[in-house]
Amino acid sequence: MKKVYSNADEALDGLLKDGMLIAAGGFGLCGIPELLIDAIVKSGVKDLTVASNNAGVDGFGLGKLLDTKQIRKMMSSYVGENAEFMRQYLSGELELEFNPQGTLAERMRAGGAGIPGFYTKTGVGTQIAEGKEVKSFDGEEYILERGIFADLSIVKAWKADDTGNLVFRKTARNFNPPAAMCGRVCVAEVEEIVPRGSLDPDHIHLPGIYVHRIIQGEHEKRIEQRTTRKREEA
Amino acid sequence: MAWDRNQMAERAAQELEDGMYVNLGIGIPTLVANYVGDKDITLQSENGMLGMGPFPYEGEEDPDLINAGKQTITELARTSYFDSAMSFGMIRGGKIAAAILGAMEVAENGDLANWMIPGKLVKGMGGAMDLVAGVGRVIVVMDHTNKAGESKLLKQCTLPLTGKGVVNRIITNLGVLDVVEGGLKIVETADGVTEDDLRAATEATIVG
Repeated sequence: MKKVYSNADEALDGLLKDGMLIAAGGFGLCGIPELLIDAIVKSGVKDLTVASNNAGVDGFGLGKLLDTKQIRKMMSSYVGENAEFMRQYLSGELELEFNPQGTLAERMRAGGAGIPGFYTKTGVGTQIAEGKEVKSFDGEEYILERGIFADLSIVKAWKADDTGNLVFRKTARNFNPPAAMCGRVCVAEVEEIVPRGSLDPDHIHLPGIYVHRIIQGEHEKRIEQRTTRKREEA
Repeated sequence: MAWDRNQMAERAAQELEDGMYVNLGIGIPTLVANYVGDKDITLQSENGMLGMGPFPYEGEEDPDLINAGKQTITELARTSYFDSAMSFGMIRGGKIAAAILGAMEVAENGDLANWMIPGKLVKGMGGAMDLVAGVGRVIVVMDHTNKAGESKLLKQCTLPLTGKGVVNRIITNLGVLDVVEGGLKIVETADGVTEDDLRAATEATIVG
């Protein structure tokens, strides 16, 4: 079965529907599926729920989908870098479900692994626990969190082969594998599609079974906080 | 007299032992890395890295290599990368020996508040709730009082909690206190600060 598509519009063809739940990889602006986000903007699909650790910045990443008001609800752990997000949230246009970062990652992983719920000690005794089942194991309290089963996953990797095996680069891996796993369909954008057999099978980070469609493209890879140190004097 | 930011970080670095895997929060906790000396410490960045190195030289920034504060960083010879689910698996699973982080309020029972102020812009808890619930030891580094001079070490937190009964040790500009049965216990005082000064600046119950 052919998994490689020529561009993001084609790769998303037939997969988008108003009101759907999309899981997106990335941390801040690192390892985000830039090209697929742009194509979703272009498609005009709306009332989206997006599970993503962050919500991009104004005018870049998921921020573009906020500018066009295509997102109805975000499931995130930290959204501080986006003024338009805050404006929509405070005015009630946008729904926000805060998830502790590790809980969000595990909810995606669990969904992808067929686990509808799990108990965690993260958030016990806080606002996050409100309305959630509390259960005691060996004298310690845990809360029930649900697995996320997304309609669509959009992720970014470094390299892929044509069967969808993925390799990520450095900290751009982040939420991409769990986000990929939890979708009914997963579309991956990569910097390079390499010939079958050229990736070492021992070095594949995410097997192609989780990846249904692939595109190759150019990425801006914007840096959010450029920090450097001075070279020592020779 | 009291400790400044760097002295607080230097004191916090004494909490770290050879061989520890540690997560440092944003602000003063980040400075702790400058004072670990010869100790073999591996820093975790919860976006998916063990063995976090210093900032890159100008021109060597890599957009694929950032820390949890989204700053460009570098890798070390020991570095490993992994996804967010595994990263928080090692946090929740107690593999990270200690987290050093800032706080808005700490209560005498170890409750910690550092993620939101009702009525103000809420950015989110990020990984803070997972860290304080999961790591072996939670060490808070913060100013003893707020800008109005009021104690940040309270009988009860007034702000929404990040974690319940999670703090082990508090390092402030005035000294070091442990969370023990019945309240806080003074471990040491900062240079030029007396126990009486510290008690006077603290709302929480001090025992012993």
